[in-house]
Amino acid sequence: MPLACVLAIVVGLSSAFLAASHAWAEESIILQSTTSTQNSGLLDWLLPRFEKRTGIHVKVVAVGTGQALKNAARGDGDVVLVHARRLEEDFVRAGHGVDRRDVMYNDFVIVCPKDDPAGIAGLKDAAEALKRIARTKTRFISRGDDSGTHHKELSLWRAAGIDPRKASGKWYLEAGRGMGATLNMAAAMGACTLTDRGTWIAHGNRGDLTIVVQGDPKLFNQYGVILVNPERHPHVKERTARKFIDWLTGPEGQGLIAAYRLKGQQLFFPNASASAPKTDDE
Amino acid sequence: MLVHLDADVLEIVGLSLEVSLTAVALAALMGMPAGAALALHRFPGRQPVVVLVTALMGLPPVLLGLVVYLLLSRSGPLGVLGLLYTPTAMIIAQALLVLPIVIALSQRVVASMWEEYAELMQSLNVRGLHLVLTMLYEARLALMTVGLAAFGRAIAEVGAVMIVGGNINHATRVMTTAIALETSRGNLSLALALGLVLLLLALLVNVGVHVVARISGERNMVAA
Repeated sequence: MPLACVLAIVVGLSSAFLAASHAWAEESIILQSTTSTQNSGLLDWLLPRFEKRTGIHVKVVAVGTGQALKNAARGDGDVVLVHARRLEEDFVRAGHGVDRRDVMYNDFVIVCPKDDPAGIAGLKDAAEALKRIARTKTRFISRGDDSGTHHKELSLWRAAGIDPRKASGKWYLEAGRGMGATLNMAAAMGACTLTDRGTWIAHGNRGDLTIVVQGDPKLFNQYGVILVNPERHPHVKERTARKFIDWLTGPEGQGLIAAYRLKGQQLFFPNASASAPKTDDE
Repeated sequence: MLVHLDADVLEIVGLSLEVSLTAVALAALMGMPAGAALALHRFPGRQPVVVLVTALMGLPPVLLGLVVYLLLSRSGPLGVLGLLYTPTAMIIAQALLVLPIVIALSQRVVASMWEEYAELMQSLNVRGLHLVLTMLYEARLALMTVGLAAFGRAIAEVGAVMIVGGNINHATRVMTTAIALETSRGNLSLALALGLVLLLLALLVNVGVHVVARISGERNMVAA
């Protein structure tokens, strides 16, 4: 009771206080997205251009795919932009979101220290690479945070027929952190990890990590955009949110995604209109 | 390693100050009278309250952030207010975070001054709310230190503002969440530079308060 009283007072006072100092008159939506779209710099490239065109301010909450979908399911957001197809379909099926669309893709890569402790450099088969990592007990850092990358990693372990969680805390380390933080840990510990290529290229602290496995179709990384169901959450700004989704999947947004380059490399490949995206983008 | 004081950094610094100073001001407004009342009045259940408040000084910011998130989330009891991911939500979280510190430390300050003032106040027959306000006024210099301790806790925490603010660029990004973001991007030198700016900021606020305290202290001496 006292806590509720205090909270009510604080809410009242600070809302009144801030109503004066913050004008929220501009049109804005909240985008629940992933650390990879933020850490790779893609959203910093896209959103100011969208805002210039439409006057709509997109506020980004960058968390793992799992958390983004859970936040959105609670109604805390207007749009989600994530990368875990199965979770996205569950999200739509449960009625939390509507109108899922493909946006773009890139791929995942396995990075390890340059001296290749697991002996997997150059392999094309990601599952075989994980088998060797497990056999050599090479330290592997998992995101361990229910993110899209984490789910991809777990599906690769399943394909390899290995349950790495039995070795959790030994050679298999579950960080529970974002992609960038996980890369920092891998670089500091000389461990292997799975990362999306966008974050990898953008990351400023790689230590002596290098890409050892890439090009397996299983490493395909599709991003999708979903409107949070306005029928379930009436406060969702459907009209504004749809403008953003249409722009992102339309010619201008797709063109800008293709044009985004970092260190001379293209990070994301637009495929909103493609029905069957190619996976051999390398 | 030079930080360009560009518009973005200034905006982040400004929001950090705005959020934490407002939170401390609100916590002081409620917590200082509460602390003084705890020091000056005897009532049943007083001791457990003191123990509880002291224990809450160690409240983990991330836990408080989670509780405030659940309250302010659209599916939460206060969801209709639409406050999640706004500076207001961050102020609420930080105010609640530092409130126990303000109450507990104010109680100590006023309790120790009371030994000196008890006789005087009793002879003047000052009681109740009047007594609380009088003692707060007499203790104002020591209470500035309480405010600084609260400010230090507020400006330095990252767990609560990350959850309830969302670290949204140009909306809810403050120094600590910006440092966390740049670290996760692997921009360690930029993260470190931002950290130095944060330290500098805390130092400036402390110096400012000490100067104010010194000046008002001298004025009191002259008046006496």
